[in-house]
Amino acid sequence: MASVTLENVKKVYAGGVEAVQGVSLAIPDGEFTVLLGPSGCGKSTLLRMIAGLETITEGTISIGGRIVNHIEPAERDVAMVFQNYALYPHMSVYDNMAYGLRNRGAPKREIEHRVMEAAKLLAIVEFLKRKPRELSGGQRQRVAMGRAIVREPQAFLFDEPLSNLDAKLRLQMRIEIRRLHNRLKATSIFVTHDQIEAMTMADTIVVMNQGHVEQVGAPAEVYRLPATRFVATFIGSPPMNLLPGRIAGADEVEVGRERIAFDSAAFPVEPGRAVEVGVRPEDLRLETDGTGTLTFTGDFTEELGATRLLHGVVGDWAMVVALHGPAPRGDSFRLRADPAAVHLFDPATGYSLRRTGQSSA
Amino acid sequence: MQKRAIFTGKALPYLLLAPQLLVTFIFFYWPASEALWQSFLLQDAFGLRTEFVWLENYALLLRQPDYYRAIATTIVFSVAVAALSLSIALLLAVQADKRIKGAGLYTTLLIWPYAVAPAVAGVLWLFMFQPSLGLVARGLRSLGVEWNPLLNGGHAMALVVMAATWKQVSYNFLFFLAGLQSIPRAVIEAAAIDGARPSRRFWTIIFPLLSPTAFFLVVVNIVYVFFDTFGIIDAMTGGGPSKATETMVYKVFFDGRLGGNLGGSAAQSVILMLIVIGLTAVQFRYIERKVAY
Repeated sequence: MASVTLENVKKVYAGGVEAVQGVSLAIPDGEFTVLLGPSGCGKSTLLRMIAGLETITEGTISIGGRIVNHIEPAERDVAMVFQNYALYPHMSVYDNMAYGLRNRGAPKREIEHRVMEAAKLLAIVEFLKRKPRELSGGQRQRVAMGRAIVREPQAFLFDEPLSNLDAKLRLQMRIEIRRLHNRLKATSIFVTHDQIEAMTMADTIVVMNQGHVEQVGAPAEVYRLPATRFVATFIGSPPMNLLPGRIAGADEVEVGRERIAFDSAAFPVEPGRAVEVGVRPEDLRLETDGTGTLTFTGDFTEELGATRLLHGVVGDWAMVVALHGPAPRGDSFRLRADPAAVHLFDPATGYSLRRTGQSSA
Repeated sequence: MQKRAIFTGKALPYLLLAPQLLVTFIFFYWPASEALWQSFLLQDAFGLRTEFVWLENYALLLRQPDYYRAIATTIVFSVAVAALSLSIALLLAVQADKRIKGAGLYTTLLIWPYAVAPAVAGVLWLFMFQPSLGLVARGLRSLGVEWNPLLNGGHAMALVVMAATWKQVSYNFLFFLAGLQSIPRAVIEAAAIDGARPSRRFWTIIFPLLSPTAFFLVVVNIVYVFFDTFGIIDAMTGGGPSKATETMVYKVFFDGRLGGNLGGSAAQSVILMLIVIGLTAVQFRYIERKVAY
């Protein structure tokens, strides 16, 4: 296993499209890192550059301290799990898994031993003689994982491997991959556009947007302390509510005719400044005792069982509130936002106005 | 959405099928049955008397050393053309499949020879290799090769093989290219990451995945070499020199048309017909099973 380091990596395609615009990352040995972002943000391109399937326009990529820019994929000693699994259709499951070892001239005995071990780990021993087309989606997924595991590579690369599975299986594989990682402690880079996948699996999430990195951090960190407006809205479901406002006092921001309190220790912002206020749906509470500061007019409720989502407006702006208690009657309520969970962003740049090095409750 | 026309009566479907059935009947079943009938007949030299002789034509044919020589020539010719055209086409298709500039133009140019009529192709190659005037022949002569397909049977064979191969490469190329493009790129990338270098990737991944296409092409090519090369041989060598390039199909034409032996010629056609039926049956059987991998 090895660490993977990216230094100012750029990818410019022939047409002048800048898919990746200078990404620097240090992925420590044995960590599970998730590259998260919407489609077209450059996350897959970045992964393919690490694998050696795309050339690197600028910058350097090193695996285990060795710069691999001009090294063939075959020599990089990484394994990749593809979105559509990319199993060799004419080979049995056993041969699929043994292929990489055979290419490296491993002795037959060792190949057998390692394939069997991986097959046991993934519970696919009974399928070893079958062809990929005789397997279900979940089984193919396991074979693809097995093919990667037997190689014992420096790093595992996953390119949206769960997106072709149905919802239930995806959930199951998510847990299984993570469990496997806890056992093997292999450096893993996992690309996904699914923020729940990222939150649940990652040691570190790298949030990407339009070819650059927005934020790098542990799942709880990117969730609680989003560095940019993009991260705030991309992570969390339903996304964070955003409202335009102006700082009205030491620790109050004015949104239309309403007021929201915020933590001025975390956000040292001078009064009068225009800001964008962000509050997650789950950080809003219904107040019946008159302490609410926001007038919410609901028009529609989504029942999720454990919670319910109230959709409506505050002033002129759309807002979603997540409620754990029973849905209230009527459609106009007073809301209160937890001041410690109120985020302020620069409306022009989208950067969080949080004092750096500060953590909130 | 699948669009499907539903006919209530039987008349309209048959009417719509009629032109195709008519063509098939007039140009295929009728001559074929005619040939079959003729192969049982023996006619005198002036065409005055015709006698029903059962299988005597076949018996005569199989006693003719000439016929076995034609079979041998056909085998040499078809193996050479099929092997050459398939391997050249595969090589070209692999090159065209690489994402390079001008791949579209390259592909188009490669397809052109297929549109050239066999006799025209034959004449073209004949000119180039004409012993006294041909461009290539002169080049060969300057290299010290005594090139003369008019006298040397081996040279004549090489010439028809070249012309027939050149014509067939386009067809094979198209199928191989389509076959290559239907291999998911991720599978090849997976092999690259699995440590397989390009040549190993080709032989362990790409080639096995192309095998259904290759099998189909082998059958099609054999049929092509057996029958469609008549024009090339007729225009270039006329079966000569001294029958060195007389294939089975050319012999049918030579014996029947020039030699006036209609019964014997018909018997040869029937044998060829059986060979094609056999090849087609094999192909259908395997295509239906989709040549498993």
